[in-house]
Amino acid sequence: MAFSFARFGAVLFKEFVQMRRDRVTFAMMIGIPIMQLFLFGFAINSDPKHLPTLVEMADQGPVTRAVLMGMQTSDYFDFQGVVTSAEEGDRALRNGSANFVVVIPPGFERDVMRGLAPDLLLSADASDPSAAGAAVAALSGIVSGAISQSLTGAVAAKVPTPPPFSVTVHKQFNPEGRTATNIVPGLLGVILSMTMVMITAVAIVRETEKGTMEALIATPVRPLEVMLGKITPYILVGYVQTIVFLLAARVVFDVPFIGAPLALFVGFNLYIVVNLALGFLVSTVARSQMQAMQLAFFTILPSILLSGFMFPFAGMPGWAQTLGTGIPATHFLRITRKVMLKGAGLADIGGDLLAIGIITLVIVAVALKRYRQTLD
Amino acid sequence: MTAEMAISVRGLTKRFGPRTVVDRFDMDVPRGAIYGFLGPNGSGKTTTIRMMCGLLTPDGGSGTCLGHDILTQSQQIKEQVGYMTQRFSLYEDLTIRENLDFIARMFRMKDRKARVDAALADLGLADRAGQLAGTLSGGWKQRLSLASCMLHDPQLLLLDEPTAGVDPKARRDFWDEIRRLAARGVTVLVSTHYMDEAVQCDFIAYIAYGKKLISGPARDIPGMIGLTTWQVEGPDIGALEAALRQTPGVEQVARFGAVLHVSGTDAAALARVAAEQSALGTHQWHEQKGGLEEAFIYLMAGASDNFSEGE
Repeated sequence: MAFSFARFGAVLFKEFVQMRRDRVTFAMMIGIPIMQLFLFGFAINSDPKHLPTLVEMADQGPVTRAVLMGMQTSDYFDFQGVVTSAEEGDRALRNGSANFVVVIPPGFERDVMRGLAPDLLLSADASDPSAAGAAVAALSGIVSGAISQSLTGAVAAKVPTPPPFSVTVHKQFNPEGRTATNIVPGLLGVILSMTMVMITAVAIVRETEKGTMEALIATPVRPLEVMLGKITPYILVGYVQTIVFLLAARVVFDVPFIGAPLALFVGFNLYIVVNLALGFLVSTVARSQMQAMQLAFFTILPSILLSGFMFPFAGMPGWAQTLGTGIPATHFLRITRKVMLKGAGLADIGGDLLAIGIITLVIVAVALKRYRQTLD
Repeated sequence: MTAEMAISVRGLTKRFGPRTVVDRFDMDVPRGAIYGFLGPNGSGKTTTIRMMCGLLTPDGGSGTCLGHDILTQSQQIKEQVGYMTQRFSLYEDLTIRENLDFIARMFRMKDRKARVDAALADLGLADRAGQLAGTLSGGWKQRLSLASCMLHDPQLLLLDEPTAGVDPKARRDFWDEIRRLAARGVTVLVSTHYMDEAVQCDFIAYIAYGKKLISGPARDIPGMIGLTTWQVEGPDIGALEAALRQTPGVEQVARFGAVLHVSGTDAAALARVAAEQSALGTHQWHEQKGGLEEAFIYLMAGASDNFSEGE
């Protein structure tokens, strides 16, 4: 017997009625994404500034002052005070009251004048590498700039030009290096995956847990009709989430959208489908709503950690990258960043679409095999 | 044969892991009969019912349900069978009307609205159609479940412990309804573990620990077991009960209030015990026709727990 649109429609309609009655879940579907967007968008900053810094000055003079002034005005360092011994500096690093201690060695200014390239020691608390990294990277530029500015006239001529070469960094796509510009498009993938997988899984497992599935499959309804009927309403929820999200990204976080809207549209439709299929798969494994929640959460962690959302994809070891390639969020993340920030069109995201497509087929095949019409 | 049989299965077997939940089960349910399916909790009644209507694939055996093969034609079986599950299985967050309407759509019924209206009127729930099903009392939920199973006019009704947890008045009403349906020609297979409900059935099969112990017309069951029963009345019945349990020839002593039912399969041995005891003059002994109750107590005591093996 063939697929019945009447039965599919009935399941769909029932699902909408239930969704409307379950106000808490409905509020969650819209409220959680917005909450997360604001939390992540405003709270996460991978380029932290104003880090507490102490200074140990064994030399005082115009050049030293110029160096410190340069560091202060860079916004990375926030001088909190002066230490008089190395032990005092170490203690401050250990107890966390300072992230950096700058040590100006004795005779620093004199050595600079003589062109001896003296050492300027920056002790950094690198227990959180991402917190220290940007500031450390910025330091040498700041110092050399400050020194050359402070030396004028005859003195300046005697000093060799500090660096024999210079590095030019050209920050593309996100010239200001704002974290929100990177985080917000990626967050769309994580949030869609979170709500889609979880809500679908729970909605289906609820039928099994409450005993309604038993009565449902005792009717002539086909598995595909149940699956599509239950999933379709959540596709619409995914649309609403995406629209809210893109609006907020634009209005609140000023994230650019320079690529082809059609490309993103195709991408997120496919992404919604793969997540719903994943939720369906979870529901065939879980025996209770609680288990479904836990399993769904378990699928979300890799989407956050291995997809390149939290940590750079290229920085992961080979096996982790292989794992990450099997995660739909990885590819959707690339799609959103390419389209929104780099101006990509449909042709540029073909590979990512194909990858999600393959993952979808695999998941659907496994899910349909597991969801049999019989109860055994 | 099959034409007159609503259900006819041979050798049905179902294993869940190492446990054989249903073991080589045979059953014939004549059309139009009320067939009682008895057995203690966990004896495999639900599993058997699910296999007979095609919800569960048996590991062994074959059979037909309404003339359709239970292995290959579950779709056709589902169209013609009403299955009422043990738990309330309608949507608690849908209204009464929405629930019935949903079931009607699942069976793709014509003139859906008229039939849902008729079912609501039959139930006497027409003015409460907009109420959420979850807010109904136990008895009403059960009636609504039955109505939803009957919505598509099935020829066969499978009821899995329909009266569990329902008050006595509602149970009686429910059985009145079942007899009305049977009178209209609907075959009813009902599982229960209440003896007073078993008495209402035309046929009975008794299943324990996955094995069918006996089946046949309800009135023949006591005779098939061959149990002789004596009714004993008199003072200090408790002491007598204890003494009789130790007496050879007495296989079963069941107490019904102030009366003992003393049963055994060896009629002559039991008669000797009765004669000796009557001679003492303290208690009155009367031989009586063995009833279903004694028969089931006897079956229960005799069934070996094959689930405990190998565990």
